[in-house]
Amino acid sequence: MPELTIKNLHVSIEDNPILRGLDLKVHQGEVHAIMGPNGTGKSTLANTIMGHPNYEVTEGDILIDGESVLEMAADERSRAGIFLAFQYPVSIPGVTVANFLRTALNSRRRHADPPQEDISVLDFRKLLKSKMDMLEMEYSFGGRYLNEGFSGGEKKRTEVLQLAVLEPAFAILDETDSGLDIDAIRIVSEGVNTLKGPNMGVMVITHYQRILNYIQPDFVHVMYDGRIVESGGHDLALLLENEGYDWVREKYGQPLEA
Amino acid sequence: MPNAPKIITRKTPSRRRESLADFSFSIDQLPEVKHTALREYHRSAWEAYQSLPFPTLKDEAWRRTDIRGLKTETFSLDSDNQLDSPPERFLNPIVTDEYRMGQIVSGAVKPAQSLDPSLAEQGVIFTDFHTAEMEQPDLLAGILGDIVLPDEDKFSALAAALGTEGVLLYVPKNVIIEQPLHSLYWGGGENMAYINHLVIYVEDGAQVTFVHESASPNEDEGNQIFHDGIVEIYVGRNARLNFVELQSWGKNVWSFTRERARVMGDGTLEWIFGAMGTHLTKNFSDIDLMEPGAMARMSGFYFTSGDQHLDHDTQQNHMAKDTTSDLLYKGALMDESRSVWQGMIYVAPGAIGTDGYQANRNLVLSKGARADSIPGLEILADDVRCTHGATVGKIDEDEMFYLLSRGIPKTDAEELIVSGFFAPIMARIPFEGVQTRFAEAIREKMSER
Repeated sequence: MPELTIKNLHVSIEDNPILRGLDLKVHQGEVHAIMGPNGTGKSTLANTIMGHPNYEVTEGDILIDGESVLEMAADERSRAGIFLAFQYPVSIPGVTVANFLRTALNSRRRHADPPQEDISVLDFRKLLKSKMDMLEMEYSFGGRYLNEGFSGGEKKRTEVLQLAVLEPAFAILDETDSGLDIDAIRIVSEGVNTLKGPNMGVMVITHYQRILNYIQPDFVHVMYDGRIVESGGHDLALLLENEGYDWVREKYGQPLEA
Repeated sequence: MPNAPKIITRKTPSRRRESLADFSFSIDQLPEVKHTALREYHRSAWEAYQSLPFPTLKDEAWRRTDIRGLKTETFSLDSDNQLDSPPERFLNPIVTDEYRMGQIVSGAVKPAQSLDPSLAEQGVIFTDFHTAEMEQPDLLAGILGDIVLPDEDKFSALAAALGTEGVLLYVPKNVIIEQPLHSLYWGGGENMAYINHLVIYVEDGAQVTFVHESASPNEDEGNQIFHDGIVEIYVGRNARLNFVELQSWGKNVWSFTRERARVMGDGTLEWIFGAMGTHLTKNFSDIDLMEPGAMARMSGFYFTSGDQHLDHDTQQNHMAKDTTSDLLYKGALMDESRSVWQGMIYVAPGAIGTDGYQANRNLVLSKGARADSIPGLEILADDVRCTHGATVGKIDEDEMFYLLSRGIPKTDAEELIVSGFFAPIMARIPFEGVQTRFAEAIREKMSER
């Protein structure tokens, strides 16, 4: 079964080490929750897997099915099956949600082996509508400029819409629950639950455990100071919910000064 | 994006010759017209042309545009020059289900013109400039040179003197033309000069939409083609003109144009302007808002590549109280190309209640490209609202990463960002066919990299 492997990953931003030897293995069909206090490198992990040019891998590797993705640009990684739902999605002025998604979908099809024809306008419209229904989104969203003037909830829902249309092998949800009310968390989570399955592995990065009431994780990992320090089942998330992160700090000490 | 306009003074290159040689045109080439006033117009313009010097980098309006590479002495005027017909996409820029009320095709092509008989019956005149001089001399003589003076600079004087091609569009009082009129000015050939004069006169209460395009095939830049033009526009009281002006000259064309619109009380001018071509452009586009309630909106876009140099100089003159102007020019630049936009809002003494706006946004796509953006205000009245903005920026890295992260390759992502950048301006072009063609032209240019 395809797997995303992160091996002894060390990452720096402008020579400041953020990740200090992180190991993780995600199989398709599994849901992993990555939890941890702020500033422990959760978003760095997400951005590094996606291939953000500002994050420098100084040691270790990221592999899909045993093949390193480190030399791949972000677009290649995406087409290789990685998807990142951003914590802070940027807006793209003048580009509609529909046009953007059709371009993204066709990029995948053109680069498929063997290459596929572009999706027809009609088929795409059908696909988009069905995914929008799933996420309880108005169809008019398709004609709006991507994320421009969107509320926090609308942005996150649009991220999950993209996930639904692109159907990646591995999805990373970076704080998708932050800034959402409970209704929005429910809708977004239901969307993710519908999508996850034997063909999608999911990493849910979150500070709070409440989203995990909706998206049941198979594994929960606690990140601290650039490493995964504890792994377990859902109990671990509940423990964090009740006790906070203080015991993690006590057990593993204050973060090293960068 | 950095917000401050970039103002750069340029050192004069030393090895180029200091002044241009005269054109090889002669007084014998003045158009033969019987009408005394018209003859006098051409003759006095010729005199002005002869006495005026070529503009140089020392002239404020020309200091960012070096024209010393213009091979003035090589150009010839040949009114019978006929090339291959322009491609269909130029002849039918407007979507097919929108009926066209008239068309003029001129330049290096078998001239053709048509006008819906119902409009002719109502007194609408839509004809090429030469025919207008023969058949509508009194009307033309009353208009010519009133809005664009024949001696504003050497190029406009030359255009006034020798311009025999072009268009006269005259819409009588209260005549409302629902469907668009179209004209195509088609050039080409070897070292040719194209000199034209557009006159658009919309009487009180009249309404019209006019699409004018200049175009030629892309030829080797060594084969310079010279275009010199004047555009004079009058929008009467309560009248409305939608003027869509498209510049698709080949990359071997050097174009010099002086355009000015006069808008009277409660008149509305919607001026849309798109520039893709030429090796070098120096364009002046001015609006004079003469009476209360006059309103003009100018929307422009340009996309440059290679070593193109496009210089657009705009002036919004608020000459009376309660007048409104709104200018938005957007440009994207690739390779070693360069754009200059210099704009001015002028508010005359007493023009209280003026509402003026100007903005120029540039997206620089290559390291070697450069956009100069220079807004300006000169306000001589109280109680006015004038704002301006100018930006020169690159593609935002976060936007790029976002698109890449969805599997869109970098070049496609750039195209998407650029098309999004132009979308608000494109939306102002009331013809889907024109929008599509320009979107294609942008894609074509970007794929040449």
